[in-house]
Amino acid sequence: MSETFAVRELVPVLPEIVLVLGAMTLLMVGAFRGERAVASINWMAILLLIAAGAIIVLLPAERMESFGGSFVLESYARFLKLLALIGSATAMLMSLDYLEREQQNRFEYPILILLSTAGMLMLISAGDLIALYLGLELMSLSLYVVAAINRDSVRSTEAGLKYFVLGALSSGMLLYGASLIYGFTGSVNFAAIAKASANGGIGLVFGLVFLFAGFCFKVSAVPFHMWTPDVYEGAPTPITAFFAAAPKVAGIAMFMRVAIDAFPNIVPQWQQIVIFVAIASMLLGAFAAIGQRNIKRLMAYSSIGHMGFALVGLAAGTMQGVQGVLVYMAIYVAMTLGTFACILSMRRDGKMVEEISDLAGLARTNPAMAFFLAMLLFSLAGIPPLAGFFAKFYVFLAAIQAGLFTLAVIGVLASVVGAYYYLMIIKIMYFDEAARPFEPMPYQLKAVLAVSGLFNVLFFVYPRPLVEAASAAAKSLF
Amino acid sequence: MYQAIVFLPLVGAILAGLIALAGARARFPSGLPESHDLGAGHHPAHATPHGDGGHHDGDHAAEPAAAGSRAAELITTSCLFVAMILSWIGFVSVGFGQDVYLTVLNWFTVGDLKVDWALRVDTLTAVMLVVVTSISAFVHLYSIGYMAEEPYRPRFFCYLSLFTFAMLVLVTSDNLVQLFFGWEGVGLMSYLLIGYWYRKPEANAAAIKAFIVNRVGDFGFALGIFAVFMMTGAVDFGTIFAQAPALVGKTIHFLAWDVDALTLICILLFIGAMGKSAQFFLHTWLPDAMEGPTPVSALIHAATMVTAGVFMVARLSPLFELAPTAQTVVVFFGATTAFFAATVGLVQNDIKRIVAYSTCSQLGYMFVAMGVGAYSIGIFHLFTHAFFKALLFLGSGSVIMAMHHQQDIQKMGGLKNKIPFTYAMMVIGTLALTGFPLTAGYFSKDAIIEAAFASKNPMAAYAFIMTVAAAALTSFYSWRLIFVTFHGRPHDRHHYDRAHESPPVILLPLAFLAAGAILAGYPFRELFVGHGVEAFFRESFKFAASNRILEELHHVPYAVAMLPTFMMALGFLVSWYFYIRNPALPVELARQHDGLYKFLLNKWYIDELYEIVFVRPTLWLGRLLWKQGDGRFIDGLGPDGVSARVLDVTRRAMRLQTGYLYHYAFAMLIGVAALITWFLVRTGVG
Repeated sequence: MSETFAVRELVPVLPEIVLVLGAMTLLMVGAFRGERAVASINWMAILLLIAAGAIIVLLPAERMESFGGSFVLESYARFLKLLALIGSATAMLMSLDYLEREQQNRFEYPILILLSTAGMLMLISAGDLIALYLGLELMSLSLYVVAAINRDSVRSTEAGLKYFVLGALSSGMLLYGASLIYGFTGSVNFAAIAKASANGGIGLVFGLVFLFAGFCFKVSAVPFHMWTPDVYEGAPTPITAFFAAAPKVAGIAMFMRVAIDAFPNIVPQWQQIVIFVAIASMLLGAFAAIGQRNIKRLMAYSSIGHMGFALVGLAAGTMQGVQGVLVYMAIYVAMTLGTFACILSMRRDGKMVEEISDLAGLARTNPAMAFFLAMLLFSLAGIPPLAGFFAKFYVFLAAIQAGLFTLAVIGVLASVVGAYYYLMIIKIMYFDEAARPFEPMPYQLKAVLAVSGLFNVLFFVYPRPLVEAASAAAKSLF
Repeated sequence: MYQAIVFLPLVGAILAGLIALAGARARFPSGLPESHDLGAGHHPAHATPHGDGGHHDGDHAAEPAAAGSRAAELITTSCLFVAMILSWIGFVSVGFGQDVYLTVLNWFTVGDLKVDWALRVDTLTAVMLVVVTSISAFVHLYSIGYMAEEPYRPRFFCYLSLFTFAMLVLVTSDNLVQLFFGWEGVGLMSYLLIGYWYRKPEANAAAIKAFIVNRVGDFGFALGIFAVFMMTGAVDFGTIFAQAPALVGKTIHFLAWDVDALTLICILLFIGAMGKSAQFFLHTWLPDAMEGPTPVSALIHAATMVTAGVFMVARLSPLFELAPTAQTVVVFFGATTAFFAATVGLVQNDIKRIVAYSTCSQLGYMFVAMGVGAYSIGIFHLFTHAFFKALLFLGSGSVIMAMHHQQDIQKMGGLKNKIPFTYAMMVIGTLALTGFPLTAGYFSKDAIIEAAFASKNPMAAYAFIMTVAAAALTSFYSWRLIFVTFHGRPHDRHHYDRAHESPPVILLPLAFLAAGAILAGYPFRELFVGHGVEAFFRESFKFAASNRILEELHHVPYAVAMLPTFMMALGFLVSWYFYIRNPALPVELARQHDGLYKFLLNKWYIDELYEIVFVRPTLWLGRLLWKQGDGRFIDGLGPDGVSARVLDVTRRAMRLQTGYLYHYAFAMLIGVAALITWFLVRTGVG
């Protein structure tokens, strides 16, 4: 009896098992065959990510629990896992050319990505605080290492170190919060916490604050965002692209799951926290980005701002809000990856350039790239009818229907301020004196840019699949 | 047929406009300086603007004529001649037959307001059709010669024909809205034609001035239309006139006042007429409008458009007859304008401005006739005036051409031997204008003065004195123009030696108009002034039961009837003495009465008064709202201020990002501490 039971327990965890076992195998291959096998390991890693995604799609579409409720797989987890896998796989794909050219082909890199992604999947499915912490640390530790993977570069190592130290601090806070919650509710399981927290209490709220501080760090929400610009700038660009997409999905996923599943009885309390960090993130993301010259730093503030917008949906605390966040994250990942495909193409004389002014006159030297980048930037700014507009539309709609008018108004104003720096880049590309052209774009980047650009431009034509999938996913969480 | 009269000029205008556009495309393939049709263009091939004022009519030899110029001229001119012939046929058939009423189509219906495009051709309209199409046709013909050196002739002829169309819509309209459409149409074309030489700053300024001053009048006109609709619920003449008697004694309540409805309506409508017909206070645009090409001055600013106000009052006679107070206002302004413009005309030196003030003055006469209820006489003067004033303008144009765009009569002199035909034509025009017996002006103008004498209007005596005085002044300044221009010694040898008679295409219209100036009087006298009025005009005018002016004016004392002729002779003799016999005398007089001379030369300082009362305060207010209101307040608190504050915030936000790890950790701890404090305080309070 116990044997069949155990096997069935493992079915929902199949994607994670595939990723982890694959990572181990590739580690062996890398250890024995060394640098020669790097190219094949890279592609194998991408294939493993795709395989994990395929397994998620093929698994029965019902709510499944394993390990006594520690691991949950339902539409919500499926949606976000697929999103995280797409983010990881695309980031991996985009890094191939870069690593080749910069001669940083280390076999550890794809393996770390795989492990980090496995951590994300674990995180998304976590049904109690222990599983959540396991996933979180598996993801984060891999991220610390990849941030510093270019160990000859001072900036890269500085980024990795900063990330690690602050990440450790945030983990400490998170653990402290988790222990407080356990102490006041007597359980680590979300459902049990929900039951036990019926009457709130200041001790529980204390725990909640610390726990959420840890979450905010992972999604780089203000005031736990400080690492973001430095790490984004310091880390090698494809890794920044990776940072900007998949871990954010996982972070938002755990944030929402804990908030909705574990604390449905103290919504007003956590709502206040989320509203505060959402407003702070939107405003800081909008204002601080204006002063940036480095496009990677700019993207760091952009992602801070976008996380603020996404949290607006969570602040609503409704099913509609969650749906809005899911749509937001999907569109955010598409926009971010497309933009990073352009940033990765900013290469002159064999060197990466990162200044915004390097894009001057791109419309004349590379009109196609300029057009797609302009579309992506318009979309990031939230200009209709591009996808980014609908992303904001859904979260603001949810906020308004939940009665959070102030939040929605501040959000809209912040997006107006934020529009400035996106439009600024477009102005530089289209109206400034042309700088020397970039080197030709590698085909992987072209493909990523084309797919994400077209997705952004054409989303409004047929938004139903995404919106309905997000709706189903949101429903499964409640 | 009547549709053809109205729409033929439109067809011509559209064709000429297409030619002009095609020419512009061919000339500027890049399409950049296309704005030349808007009157604000900048043309690279023509860098030197018309620097020295109005002395360069048609100095465009440097530029080739636009393609299709000849075709545009021929199309528009022949359209107009066909329309003219049809108009004369219509004049006879309507005048001695039946009124014609044609509905073209429904324009719009909004609630109770129903407006049709309709042609109402009664005798009044038929007279106007004849005037408009005849003068327009001859001006078109004349322009072919006068504008021969112009590069953009298709545009000019397009405007000219479009103007004619708008004027025809105006005179054939059956309701106030269509009338207003034509009214604004002629205003717009007047604006475009005054500013035809759009590279000349004076022309642009004059065009804008004409437009703005007319806006003042149009404001009154529009209010008048609204008031009519408010009181009668209709805008078509038939309904309005039928309801008019019922309106007597009704009032319009406005703020705290109860105003007599008909008086108010008529005065508001008359304000519109004052603007368009350049009556005192709203006359300032007309002399400046002389910046336009001379044919334009002849057609628009002498013969047709400026008489639209007179026409409107005549058309609305059933309303004015019931509003004696408004009639008194009309008489007062008409008489004042007649005298005022004549005094200013005495001392002007620009040949076109003299004629322009004369026009202004003659329009005053027409309004006097309207005000005393002698509508047919006013229209008679409009009819005869159109011929001799167009003749005078076109003759002046011929002089200007002969003198190579010199317009100052002090620089002319002795031209009668050089351009004898033009001289003869100008003399005929002057005779008609001053009312020399048996010329056209004699019959109409004398009738007005007699009507003013016979009238029982409270202002009639004032009007009589003013018009008689103006008659003497008219004679004086008209002959002064002739004597200074054509007699005496040449003042500008250079221009004089090269002076030459104009080509036949210019002289031919002069001859026709001269014939009109002589013949337009006597044959029509019975129809307009005599016993034929009732049979001829029928329903066009409505005379109140007490209005027997047409009967009474035939019984004025003989001395009164002779008075205008005597005044004309007096003016002629004084003028002859001043400018032929003793040319030093006027200079001496001007020196002795310097104040009066300056007062007249500066047109009673009306422009300066407006400058102080309206223009400067408006500019001041505009500048205040622009610099302070928009610049400092709206931009400052709006876009500029916000963006500056955003940058401040940005700078501060960037300063937070120090790069030091412990700062970052500190921020995180502060964040947690702040959140916890928040909850502690709230729970503590709760």
